[in-house]
Amino acid sequence: MARMGRSTWGGRALARTAGVLAAGAVAGATAARALPVPRWAERPRAARDARPDRWQVVTVDRPPEWVLPGGRWPEPLRRLGGAVEVALRPAPGGRGTELAARPAGTPLPGMAAHVVGDDPGPLLRQALRQVKQLAETGEVLRADPSPLDGPQPSHGPAVPG
Amino acid sequence: MRALCWLGEDGLAVRRVPDPELRNSTDAIVRVRRSSTCGEDLPLFAGRGPVLSVGDVLGHEFLGDVVEVGPGVRRHRVGDRVVVCASVACGNCWYCRQGHYASCDNGSAGPAVARWGQPTAGRFGHPPAAGGFAGSHAEYVRVPYADVGAFAVPEPVDDDRAVFASDAVPTGWLAAELGEVGPGDVVAVWGAGAVGQMAARAALLRGADRVVVIDRYPERLRSAERHVGAETLDHRAVDVPAELWELTGGRGPDVCVEAAGPTGDDAEPPSLAERFAAATRPGTAPERPIAVREAVHACRKSGRVVVLGTFTGFVDAFPLGAVVDKGLTLRAGRQHGQRWIPMLLERMARGEIPTGHLATHRLPLDQGAHGYDLFRDRADGCLRAVFTP
Repeated sequence: MARMGRSTWGGRALARTAGVLAAGAVAGATAARALPVPRWAERPRAARDARPDRWQVVTVDRPPEWVLPGGRWPEPLRRLGGAVEVALRPAPGGRGTELAARPAGTPLPGMAAHVVGDDPGPLLRQALRQVKQLAETGEVLRADPSPLDGPQPSHGPAVPG
Repeated sequence: MRALCWLGEDGLAVRRVPDPELRNSTDAIVRVRRSSTCGEDLPLFAGRGPVLSVGDVLGHEFLGDVVEVGPGVRRHRVGDRVVVCASVACGNCWYCRQGHYASCDNGSAGPAVARWGQPTAGRFGHPPAAGGFAGSHAEYVRVPYADVGAFAVPEPVDDDRAVFASDAVPTGWLAAELGEVGPGDVVAVWGAGAVGQMAARAALLRGADRVVVIDRYPERLRSAERHVGAETLDHRAVDVPAELWELTGGRGPDVCVEAAGPTGDDAEPPSLAERFAAATRPGTAPERPIAVREAVHACRKSGRVVVLGTFTGFVDAFPLGAVVDKGLTLRAGRQHGQRWIPMLLERMARGEIPTGHLATHRLPLDQGAHGYDLFRDRADGCLRAVFTP
């Protein structure tokens, strides 16, 4: 896969992708469909941040072809299927790939809607974070069990002494 | 296993908790030999910063023996005696590759949205819900990314010295790095605790001409003079800025390091904002950056001010105007031990960084609550209480 240069994408644009991407399409064909998506710097914060359809973005310290191996969506985004829109572009300064996702315009199917709720932002952020961890470290870091997860250690026996 | 747990209003106590287990391929399980108290723990008990849950295991500065490794661990084997960096970093993200391990993107297992909007390195002994990992005041600890954060300890460095390579020594080194301390510099350090002393030592090792440590506890000042080789000022006895200007020819120190944290000073009356918060929103008073203020006022023009203290939120009455008018560089952060610990262990082995004196109180883990009382109150000359499980 050819590396996506900044000039190919007109500097500010992200390539919109959906479903499975052909390797060549990432580099070439999608350039023609490049859309001027999020102009983050021009948006004031506060109220507009609450939009449920806003882009969630993460920078993955790997080249685009690593983030979308074979032009396919990485897990766990792949599991979200057509429910989300995915975009990517090279990060400046050799910092890898900016990977963005937001809910697709179509309503989510039943169970997906139940899982996502009114605000899909947290689910998307979690998914993007997992993509990033998988690409950079090979696995998703698991938390230690919290004392709130199960039997309360504090309710366990006091240690004599 | 036994572990020192936070029990809410009931304080701290040793309880039996489940043994840790490997949860990622790059994990190791370490049997703890020594685990130290740290000033960073105290705000947690006070309810500032990440909120502990009842049963959370405390402690983040430790060393021990590797007893189990995941299939992805390459650099360690069962039986290795290792010191473990107090923070958890992946070693593979952009920040880690720049050496900024404390800003690691992948070291926290907490919520996708971090406290300040961006994730930073994980931390042992901090709430799992906030991205932390179970603490080291226990018989065993799970160490994520073991190849990145655990380091074999050279034989000449015994346990009581090596434990401080986990946090206090690299944090001190961070101060000298951020302050860009070099030959000819005059460096002032607020706080003669373990971190302040290690910052002073790092400044001397980097060639500082004079290093002055400021505190209000005489035994800590004597410790800094005797073990680190610093000059000292007693905050209760002298006008610190005036003294610093006098001993620097009216210039002020080139580098000022704050290693005291948001400790209260009874001698300083509460500010208007503090009084307002106390009257209207009890428990929400801003932290008091007393030493930071003094450092800003004392520092020479175009000098560097480094903040190491455990500030967890907002501060009041920060002299930003002085920072601007004097052209100061203000820097802060958490240590990048993954970058420095091997070098620091070598220096410790050569006797360049004395740390044995920091463990003023060596206690069995079962006396952990008592150890924290001593440490919090600076009682009995306590610099650090160090526990042996």
